[in-house]
Amino acid sequence: MSDQIEKVSIVVSKGSLEGVYPGLIMANGARMEGIEATLFFTFFGLDAIINNRMDNLGVATVGNPAMRMPGGLKMPTFLGAIPGMSKFATVMMNKEMENLDIPPVREFIEMIKDAGGELYACKATVDMFHLTKNDFCPQVDEIISVGQFYEKSAGAQIIFT
Amino acid sequence: METVEVVGKKLELDADGNLKNLNDWDKEVAQEFAKLEGIEELTDRHWIVIEFMRKAFQEKGDAPSIRKLTKESGVDTKELYALFPKGPAKKAAKIAGLPKPKGCI
Repeated sequence: MSDQIEKVSIVVSKGSLEGVYPGLIMANGARMEGIEATLFFTFFGLDAIINNRMDNLGVATVGNPAMRMPGGLKMPTFLGAIPGMSKFATVMMNKEMENLDIPPVREFIEMIKDAGGELYACKATVDMFHLTKNDFCPQVDEIISVGQFYEKSAGAQIIFT
Repeated sequence: METVEVVGKKLELDADGNLKNLNDWDKEVAQEFAKLEGIEELTDRHWIVIEFMRKAFQEKGDAPSIRKLTKESGVDTKELYALFPKGPAKKAAKIAGLPKPKGCI
């Protein structure tokens, strides 16, 4: 069956909790279906693999018109800006995730790596933010350029998140 | 209805090709299903996963997630993928005579 997906390359470009999880869930889900998976972290998405940041990702409560309060009412932007709001939303989301058996980011990254997934950091962003390989968690394979990303993505479906 | 003939028995399958009736399952059936999935011989390590899955299914009504398998079965992620190449949760569920896991993780 040649019309089955055999390989995916997932770009994670956002550093909020809700920005990072879709890419991780898709990568892990791909491996569980026997599909090869490569993750490429770029711009603020790098926070998901930076050792001293990955355990503290937060939910964005400002600039998100879909944000709801418990009970389902829309959250006005000014409420989202109140100190502690993002923290509160993050605690809530982490709790719901745990109930669904979705692991915290670090454990998720370890799982994807152990499942045979590959993890790369974007060179342009690494240079822009003055980072080095030592800033990343040990699961990161390499810092690569966009050209190398396309080489590694040969034959893959590329998914941008 | 899709059926498969293993160990001299005609067994009904669901839409995913998994065993339809839990009670049709026994260790011989598991061994035959494993062969169909490309696993020649079920080792003790395979059996740990299979037994864990059946137990979890009986308790929860769904096959366990890969995370639960990793954390609680005693077989870690790397080994799970080595034992059941190309999709451990899915393959182990099939061999264990359970429906395909519903969860995303």
